[in-house]
Amino acid sequence: MKIKNIFTYCLISSLFLFSLICIWKILVTLQGIELTNFNFNKLFTFGIILCVINLLIGKKFNLNIKITTLALLFSIFDYFISINLPIWYSFGIFLISLFFFNNIKNYDKNFLSKNHSSQKLSFNFLTLFGITLFSFVILFPFYMMLVTSFKTQALLLLNPLDFSINFAQGLPELFKSYFIVFKDYNFGRYMLTSTIVSLGTVIITLIFAIPAAYAVARLNFFGKNFLSTSILIIYLFPAIVLVIPLYTIFSQLGLRNSIEGLLIVYTATTLPVAIYMLQGYFKSIPKELEEAGIIDGQNWLGIIFKIILPLSLPAISSVALYVFMIAWNEFLFSLMFLDRPNTFTLSRAIQFLNVGAETPRQYLMAGSVVVTLPILIIFVYFEKYLVSGLTAGSVKG
Amino acid sequence: MSSKLAKIEKRTAYLLILPSVFLVFSIILFPIFSNIWISFKNVELKDLRIPEPRAKKLVKSINDNPTQIKIIYKLRNSSLTQEITNVKFKDKYPDNLEPTNLDNRCQFKSNLLMCKLGNWPKKYRENLEIVFQNTNNQEISKKEIKSYKPKLSGKSQNILLTYEFTLNNFKKVIKDKAFIDLLSTTFYYTFFGTIGAIVFGILAAQMVNQKFFGRTFMRSVLLFPYVAPVVALAYTWELLLDPTSGTLNNLLINYQIIEGPINLLGQKYVTLNILGFDFKLRLALTTVIIFEIWRYFPLAFLFILARLQAVPKELYEAADVDGANPIQKFLNITLPQILAVISILFMIRFIWNFNKFEDIFLLTGGASGTRTLPINVYQQGFSIGDIGMGSAVSIVIVAFLLIFMFIYFKLLGKRADEN
Repeated sequence: MKIKNIFTYCLISSLFLFSLICIWKILVTLQGIELTNFNFNKLFTFGIILCVINLLIGKKFNLNIKITTLALLFSIFDYFISINLPIWYSFGIFLISLFFFNNIKNYDKNFLSKNHSSQKLSFNFLTLFGITLFSFVILFPFYMMLVTSFKTQALLLLNPLDFSINFAQGLPELFKSYFIVFKDYNFGRYMLTSTIVSLGTVIITLIFAIPAAYAVARLNFFGKNFLSTSILIIYLFPAIVLVIPLYTIFSQLGLRNSIEGLLIVYTATTLPVAIYMLQGYFKSIPKELEEAGIIDGQNWLGIIFKIILPLSLPAISSVALYVFMIAWNEFLFSLMFLDRPNTFTLSRAIQFLNVGAETPRQYLMAGSVVVTLPILIIFVYFEKYLVSGLTAGSVKG
Repeated sequence: MSSKLAKIEKRTAYLLILPSVFLVFSIILFPIFSNIWISFKNVELKDLRIPEPRAKKLVKSINDNPTQIKIIYKLRNSSLTQEITNVKFKDKYPDNLEPTNLDNRCQFKSNLLMCKLGNWPKKYRENLEIVFQNTNNQEISKKEIKSYKPKLSGKSQNILLTYEFTLNNFKKVIKDKAFIDLLSTTFYYTFFGTIGAIVFGILAAQMVNQKFFGRTFMRSVLLFPYVAPVVALAYTWELLLDPTSGTLNNLLINYQIIEGPINLLGQKYVTLNILGFDFKLRLALTTVIIFEIWRYFPLAFLFILARLQAVPKELYEAADVDGANPIQKFLNITLPQILAVISILFMIRFIWNFNKFEDIFLLTGGASGTRTLPINVYQQGFSIGDIGMGSAVSIVIVAFLLIFMFIYFKLLGKRADEN
């Protein structure tokens, strides 16, 4: 058994335990509980002591008894060095330390004398730590968005760290910001506009893209190679270089402040990627099926509708979902083209809320939840399709 | 026979493609080319409105005479800068009405009042008065007269279609002292945003590629920032980072990590003391880059994870037999396997970050040292209102873009050769 291995084991394990406790403490602070010290020195030292004890006991006792005792010891120690905290805080600490000791229960003298054991250990902990940290960093803004929308301006200014939700106040009071956003700020209308624009974009894009993708995938014609490479090149041109000419042209044609104008632009910008994704899939459909169709006397339209479409439903749904997501989230064009509130999409409306008069932040966040929630629900529900859409189309973003 | 079939095939193909090609051409390619046209012109936002001849119709009854009525048209040129030529006027009237005093520019024929009003200089205004008499001596219904709206038409020069060109826009773009600063900010943002997203993408993919409880859930969660609308996320971050009432600053102060609040989005520089040397870090820009990484690492993660799952397990087993440690395994097996994906990813992300507009616009609006080229397009074109300048900056972006695309397609071609 190398002394270096024991050293790294103790240091890294205890550090990991401490970081888990830190994240827990931050979460507790955000419930409005006063907590101003991480107690690094004491907790870290005690963590090291417990890790050494864990190593010494090894597999001599029942493992479950071992981890429970160690976890209990740790939470009692933490209870005594921190004062006036609710019981659920200590219970959380107990669960975290239980999880931690469960992870290191199998380490004993034998394991540490193996090759690379300290590196393996570090990797294990890094993975665990990474997962916790990544989830925390990613989910925290979403959590904040949601909770802020349930609070009132006065409470938010009183203690910016208090993110507890007071369920006792009753549902109407809790969802007050949402009622106001829908009633006074007209979000129902914006939501309808956003839905119409996004669904419209999906339908028009598919109507244009499916025949074109079929032609690129299957038919021989002059300029085919040129076309399929230019699809990708066109796709890489960003919206910002199109914005000024489109703005000038659309203002002169009177297409600004209209849903039609927005639909045209969204369709055109999503069309290249839709064609690109669909033609890749169409190529993978066996040609024999179409030849059978030709023998049966089908024309091209019949082949597309009766053979290609039913077979490529998964690809079409992932294109549809991807296009829907792009159209729903789009911001730049809606900022440029819409300046009358009766044509706003959700994204534009939220920006208008923020720029306009001092809008209380709970309304802003309620609006943000309204625009975020549908797309997240769609994403979680149709994850399989959307992920394949994202991978295929993710040259853009 | 076969040539006939080929002909039909060709015709069908063109028929199927034509709508898409037409749409993409008119909304994407045509604007890119018209950018070049506009960038050589001296156009401002206010010039975009086409001058229109306008008329407001007032109906007034004449005292003691209900069979007569006076109509006043308040005519004006809507433009303060341009002339309208050859203005024509048309309005409809109910039956049985005859004008008593007709302007010599006008004609009245079968209920239609038509006038040729000639040329209107800029800011032109005139009141046109006409009195009508009812031929069957009944009372005239004001309502019916008001329900007809006059129609006007005229020709005006469209500033976008003239042949006057100027190099001034490009001169201004390049001679601007801030241009070098603009370029360096853009490259700094693009480079570090891309590298950061890829590094975190590799870390996340490496993590999720192992077996643990809740792995599929973790994969969805990691994609949240990329899927959610940028507006909502940017404003949430703005609240989170707010110096007075933001969560982050209050948290750090609460745990005594910092003494006073830091304005992460509004402070241009922060001086860091590392090992006795003073470093000037561009604070707001760094914060924006962190947001950028947070939002786009999921994409790198997705790509790299797909590649990692395709790496044969035997390679790792063989390495275990050889007694390789985890770091050696990562450096000698994983990294070479994902290198190709990373290079492609780097180019794509580089191109897209170079053009990123929304994220910076929503977080800082381009203030405190976060002005990049795309932000400059917006500010020149819409905040200052100089459309020509905005177009010239767009052209600069397109020029850089073409260089990057050239490199990217070379890279793609090279990779295709290798496979």
